[in-house]
Amino acid sequence: MHGAWQVFHKDFKVFFVSPIAYIVISIFLVLCGWFFFSTFFLFGQAELRNFFSLLPLLFSFVIPAVTMRLFAEERNTGSYELLLTLPLSGWDVVLGKFLSALAFVAMMLLPTLLYAVCISRVGDLDWGPVVGGYLGALLLGAAFSGIGLLASSLTRNQIVAFIIGMAVCFTLTLLDKMLFFLPKSILGVLQFLGADFHFQNFARGVLDSRDLLYFLSVWFLAIVATHRVIQEKR
Amino acid sequence: MIAIQNLTKYYGRVCAVDRISLQIRKGEIVGLLGPNGAGKSSTLRMLTCFLLPSEGSIKVKGFDIHDHALEIKRLIGYLPESAPLYQDMLVYDYLQFVARVRGLGAARREERIRELCVRCGLREVMHKSVHEISRGYKQRVGLAHAMLGDPEILVLDEPTAGLDPNQIVEIRDIIREIGKEKTVILSTHILSEAEATCDRVVIIHNGAIVADGGTQELKQEAGGAYEIHLSLQSTDFHAVKSALGSVPGVRELLRKEAGPSTLDIRLSCGGERDVRPAVYQIVKQQGWGLLEFRRESRTLEHIFRELTKEN
Repeated sequence: MHGAWQVFHKDFKVFFVSPIAYIVISIFLVLCGWFFFSTFFLFGQAELRNFFSLLPLLFSFVIPAVTMRLFAEERNTGSYELLLTLPLSGWDVVLGKFLSALAFVAMMLLPTLLYAVCISRVGDLDWGPVVGGYLGALLLGAAFSGIGLLASSLTRNQIVAFIIGMAVCFTLTLLDKMLFFLPKSILGVLQFLGADFHFQNFARGVLDSRDLLYFLSVWFLAIVATHRVIQEKR
Repeated sequence: MIAIQNLTKYYGRVCAVDRISLQIRKGEIVGLLGPNGAGKSSTLRMLTCFLLPSEGSIKVKGFDIHDHALEIKRLIGYLPESAPLYQDMLVYDYLQFVARVRGLGAARREERIRELCVRCGLREVMHKSVHEISRGYKQRVGLAHAMLGDPEILVLDEPTAGLDPNQIVEIRDIIREIGKEKTVILSTHILSEAEATCDRVVIIHNGAIVADGGTQELKQEAGGAYEIHLSLQSTDFHAVKSALGSVPGVRELLRKEAGPSTLDIRLSCGGERDVRPAVYQIVKQQGWGLLEFRRESRTLEHIFRELTKEN
């Protein structure tokens, strides 16, 4: 774990020396603010539902943009060779990089807590769905970071990594919106595979072990696959 | 210290390393020598656990690369080809990161970085970002990176590539100094470098070892062969060839590319006897105008060229 912590430390720091971090955070916050407040005063409801309903879509392209460089850039510049020949195990590298991405997502979400604080000032905010929503957002962030990391480990081109990651995340988010095309028999299964479906349960303040299990399994599969990829690509 | 057995690496269907076996003892400075693309880097990358061999085994101090990669990585300090450092990090931060990964305590880290800062001459760049510093400095930072954890084995892939002559001398001095207490394996395609820094030279060609031995041994193995370069004033080549070709000790007589008024000849000679007196006698008898007459003993360069000639 010592090794993973050092990798986390390094990668998290490197996020903030490149301009990408600031651009991504700015875009995320501007879009959040725009979509959320453009309807907030029309509805006149003291809740964050609107914000959370948008989050999976935003995360689908913001998180792959965060994770795209983690492996692809290292492969491209060759520093990957330095990293892998330091006394670190494959898990140290994968978990360290994953944690740095997750920490970045948490950093990105931090300013949006202001929405909750502001709303609780002007109206009677139900904190249950807010807490659930943020918990769900972190789980969703973890699952998408895992997918983004896997995409980044597959290629040495950051753009390709971004597009693969975004495609997978978008598919998972939009899956349960496409269900009306499909026969009833496979509907339940596909709905269960949709990330948005599980996330919205959290955002309603419902903590269900099935939703928790879903995000953890997506995360777990992605991380194991990433580890596998970096072991095989030698 | 290091035992490599039948090491083979395929990239797809291309065989980059072909059944290399090598034993390296503690304290040796070994130079892997070969033309570009001979398989030097691939061999080093497998030794440092970056690549997995297709076949064969590597054992470092009894640890196998498949089962104990982490232990091996702890023992080895590695400078990859062209030192691909993190572009966005400060040199100091980078060295701190490496020291942390290698498990050095806070006080020891500072001490060690200071020490290497002096030894590798990094004073001016310590607080610069890696992408701002020159090629030579990058190479030095890479060297510091490799030595940071005080590893028993140093693996340096083309440590002097892209440096200016002064820097090359500096780096060689550093390597020789480290070599007093550590085992060093370096790769290079520059012969004089292997000759200047290594105790032992392993020549690799097309993925296989074609020669292995001390620099002196290799020279002796060439069998005391030497060359004589002769430059004569416009003489008929055939006459020269028939006169000199029969001198005992001359193995081969070749005409070099020459200007219109001179005839340049290379005589490959061997054996105990010096052929020069006999050659001179003939030249004098025939009355040819002698412009140049010089003997060259076969250097490592000749051996290298002979062994790695493409068929």
